[in-house]
Parts: sequence; C-alpha cells; structure tokens
Amino acid sequence: MSKKLLLHNIDIPGIETIDIYRQHGGYSALEKAFSTFTPDQVTEQVKASGLRGRGGAGFPTGLKWTFLDRKSGKPIYLVCNADESEPGTFKDRYLLEKIPHLLIEGMIITAYAIGAHKAYIYMRGEFKWIFPILEKALAEAKAAGFLGENILNSGFSLDLYVHPGAGAYICGEETALLESLEGNRGNPRLKPPYFPAVMGLYNCPTLVNNVETLAAVVPIIQLGGEKYAEIGVGKSTGTKLISASGHINKPGVYEIELGLPVEEFIYSDDYCGGIKDGKQLKAVIAGGSSVPILPVDLILKTAAGTPRLMTYESLAEGGFITGTMLGSGGFIVYDETACIVRNLWTLARFYHHESCGQCSPCREGTGWMEKVLFRLEHGQGKMSDIDLLVDVAKKIEGKTICPLGEAAAWPVAAAIRHFRPEFEYHVTHRSEVMDINHNSISAMLVSA
Amino acid sequence: MNWTHETRSKSMNNHIHISTSTSAKSEFSPATMALVNEIIIRYPEGKHKSALIPLLHLAQNEFGGWLSPESMDYVASILKIAPVEVYEVATFYSMFNLQPVGKYMLEVCQTGPCGLNGADKIINYLKHKLNIDIGETSADGLFTLKTVECLASCGTAPMMQVGEHYYENLTPSSIDHLLKQWSNK
Repeated sequence: MSKKLLLHNIDIPGIETIDIYRQHGGYSALEKAFSTFTPDQVTEQVKASGLRGRGGAGFPTGLKWTFLDRKSGKPIYLVCNADESEPGTFKDRYLLEKIPHLLIEGMIITAYAIGAHKAYIYMRGEFKWIFPILEKALAEAKAAGFLGENILNSGFSLDLYVHPGAGAYICGEETALLESLEGNRGNPRLKPPYFPAVMGLYNCPTLVNNVETLAAVVPIIQLGGEKYAEIGVGKSTGTKLISASGHINKPGVYEIELGLPVEEFIYSDDYCGGIKDGKQLKAVIAGGSSVPILPVDLILKTAAGTPRLMTYESLAEGGFITGTMLGSGGFIVYDETACIVRNLWTLARFYHHESCGQCSPCREGTGWMEKVLFRLEHGQGKMSDIDLLVDVAKKIEGKTICPLGEAAAWPVAAAIRHFRPEFEYHVTHRSEVMDINHNSISAMLVSA
Repeated sequence: MNWTHETRSKSMNNHIHISTSTSAKSEFSPATMALVNEIIIRYPEGKHKSALIPLLHLAQNEFGGWLSPESMDYVASILKIAPVEVYEVATFYSMFNLQPVGKYMLEVCQTGPCGLNGADKIINYLKHKLNIDIGETSADGLFTLKTVECLASCGTAPMMQVGEHYYENLTPSSIDHLLKQWSNK
C-alpha cells in the first residue's frame, strides 16, 4: 500500500470533531508553523515540498503564493476552491465531509503564510449536507482559539467562512469563482489584468487554491517540505487523491503515492480491483472529463513502451498525440462494451450546459459539438460529421477567455484521434445504432 | 426518438423563463432574518452583494422551493440592490428554480460516469413510474423530474439528489422503495 498523508485517519470514528482530530495529531502542524516558522518560512517549506495544485492545473503551489501582491496595501484574501464539479472527480467532497478540520488547519496555516485575515471556502451549493459539517467544524476551531483574534497569541487573526455556489461548473475556474463570490454571474475575467494574485476578490490580491492542495499543507508542515518532496517521483512529489469510477470493481477515492504504475492502480485489489464482470479494459480518462481519453494500449504503457505511471510527467508523455494529463485525478474507466460516441455525447452535453456563454466560440461551438454528436449517436450522422467535430474543436481551442473552451474541445479531439473507426461505424451502421438506442429504452420498460 | 428534439429540460440561458406565478409567502421568518444578518457581515463593508447567492438559497428554501419575481425583489430590497441584479444571477445558476416545483424534486445525474453506469435507464424508469417527462411535475404535485450534470458522485453512480440528500447506487427497486416512502409521507 502506498503512503497516506491525507486519508490515514479518515476512517476513525468521530474524526470530523475537533477533539478526535486533535487526539490524532490534528492542529499540531498549525502549532508548529506558528511557533517555529515565520510566514515566509512557511511559504519556503511549501516551495521545497514541490506541491503542485491538486485541482487540475498542477501549477507549483509555493510559487503561486509568491505571486501575491504584498505591496499594494490592500487586504489579501484566501479562497478555497471547493466547487468540485469536473466529471469523474469526487475527492474534495470526501475530505470535506469526512475530515473538515484538515482543510481548516491547512487554510489557517496558508492564511498565516500569505498574510490573509479573511478567507472563504467557496463550496458547490449541491453539497447541502456538508455545509452544517463545515459550519460546526469552524465553530469548534474558533472555540479552540485557532480562528478569530490573536490565534495562539501570535498576534495573527483570521476569519474563515463558508460560501455556497448554486450550480455552475464554470465557477471552478478561479476568476469565475471570484465573480460568483462577489454575488455576480460566474463569467470568467480577462487575464490580464485580472490575475487573482493582483486583482482578485474585491479587486484585492487573492490566493485561490483547491481543497486537496490546502489540505496537503498540513503534512508538508508536519514532515517539512524537503521530507515531503522525497515522496513521489521527480517533479511529481507527495501523494494524490484519485477518484476512481466507471467499470471497475471498487470505485472510490484512493490516496496514492505519485509514481504508482497505472496498471497496478487499475488491477490491484488495493485500488480499483480490476474491471467489473471480468470484462476487458477499453479506455481510461485519467484526470477528469476534460483531459484526453486514452485507449488501453496507451494508458498502460507510453508510446515508447515504458510503463505509464500516475505522475504529471508520465501521463503527459507523448503530448496529446499519445498522452494525456493527471488533471484533477478523476479516473474514469471504460470496459470493452462502453460506447465512446455515446459517452462523448454526454460529455459534450455537459460542456454545452456549463458554458457561461460569454465567448462565442465556446457558447456556439459546444452547442454544435453536442448536436453533431447527438445525431451520430442516434443513427443520423454523416461521414463528414467526424471531421466537422474536429474542425469545431479546433476553432474553440485557444480562442476563449477561460479554459472551459479547451476542456470542451480536448475530449472531442482525443476521442476521434483514438477511436475514429467507432465514429465511422455509427455512420455505416445507422439502423443498428438506432436499434441499440431504442432497445435500451424498451428493455428498461419491460423490466419495469 | 426524434433526434431533432432537444433532450435536455433546460438548455442555455435563453431557454430560461421567469415565472409569472406568485408565491404564497414572501418575507423571511425572524429566525431566518437573524441568519441573513449574520451572513451579510461575513463580507467586508460595502461588499454585501456577496451575500446574494446565500440569500437566494434561503429564499428558495423558505418560499416553496422556487424563486418567484416577488421573492427575488424581496432579496433585492434586503441587499439594497436593483432587482435586475438579482434576476441576472438567479437565471445563471442551475440550482435556482424559476418556476414552481413539486414537493420532491428528483435531480438525476446524467453525465459521463453516471452514463456509463445506467443513468439513462434510471431516468427512463422514473419517467415511466411517475408518468412525467423531464422538467415536468406529477399531477399530485409531489414529484418534479429534472436531469442535472455531474454532482461529484461518480463512484456511486447512478445517483440523484433530492433536497439535502444524495441517493446513490440507484436501482429500480431502490427507486420503488424511495417513491413509496415519499408518496406515503
């Protein structure tokens, strides 16, 4: 089994309460940070750890912290991105509902490092039952003296609040999140000038980090940045939470040491436990729905024939021609019976639904991709539709304010790149495709 | 199935219509009002518009599960912002219902991983059992059927959200059990 730094205490009954959390070493990282490190030394520890953003982009966390404008004289804000909505991803939810104090402790340490006195957890509104869990944990932390005025007699003060979203994938993009937190529609902002580190929440310097990233600050302080960096492989340091779903025997959230072979993750009983019902593996989306899908031969091994590892670098090896991305760690597994076209159509529908509508290429392009995929999947497609999809995807990519355009375009381009014959089959076997769609519905009605 | 028909209940924002119906009640209880004041002071002075989405959730909860124009105007008056600032936000986010809904709103996830694990069958089963289409409310006013996009429950697919709860690993028999329970309440 791999090393666990975030989930090692997750199954302890009552770990969501501050007493049990503290009995198992909770808030000792905070005490250590406040008693032995200056704020800048905390940042140095995070830089030394090699931690990279766990929300999907993989940007070096410590470096991101140093971008904050410390000279403007304006208040600095810390915002936790808990708007987890990337299809295939459900790891932040697991931390939030099971061990809320881990996030809170990580946020207090981070706020201390960057000099923020107000912080918000922006959580997707659908997690309705988690709001009371977080509110209770925040009240406990405040009563214990970890929040509010003069924390641990350090002279440092912090107010931390939970803020609900209301159903919008786009609010996981950090500038859209800040718009939403200001009470507006979640339309992403132009960068430049609106880099959150300089012009973020209320036009003040703001740090936005993912739940898992902020939680990882706790073991980094406990171990020391250099020790943390010894875990993992190369520039993929530490552990990562992987949300495993699809056609596997044991779906769920797993903490892996970065560097684990993909094949072991899929087939070992410590993780996914192999493909459901004894079927064969067909393809995997390794990092949430936005990253390129890879067929079985390319997900288990790189094009060069080396074993593919669960690291930022190994998954990206081969670029988008033969590689993919670690992304959010949303690991979706397809067995041999899965229809790539049908699944891509559901993802295209998702991106169309979630486009904020601000940029024409994304607003219109996601709609066209959904429509064209719908007709292919329902036996009404033309052979030219396949290249049409590639063309539309190209015309979205790189032409929008935020990365939702790429997130919508990449899955389409990758599915056609690796599974073109399956798209062609949908055109050459129209009646069969229509039959399958009708049969799935009528079979269901008979079983009712 | 006719492929030219849109299958989604709600497409882009140009499909959203604010209701002309009115809601029965449109003022917060004293307890909710206390909470409203507590929420507003979480944000810096002058930045009270940040409280808009939290207040719209409270309004939807307290005023029958949806936001009527009166409810939205009322929230605008509390935050001292123009009503249109509330409408433009309420129409953007999928959790805000701008039409009356049933007592139980069944929100079934239909995105990728749920799709791989039989979301279509679950949606069709619910349509058949409730005798309504997506976006409709049953004649007795008990159930509204809605399809939604990824709710971060991919490892426990297929699933649906009803009120504060996620119902996961759904099967026809677990749905039968739930519907029976809600019908008898």
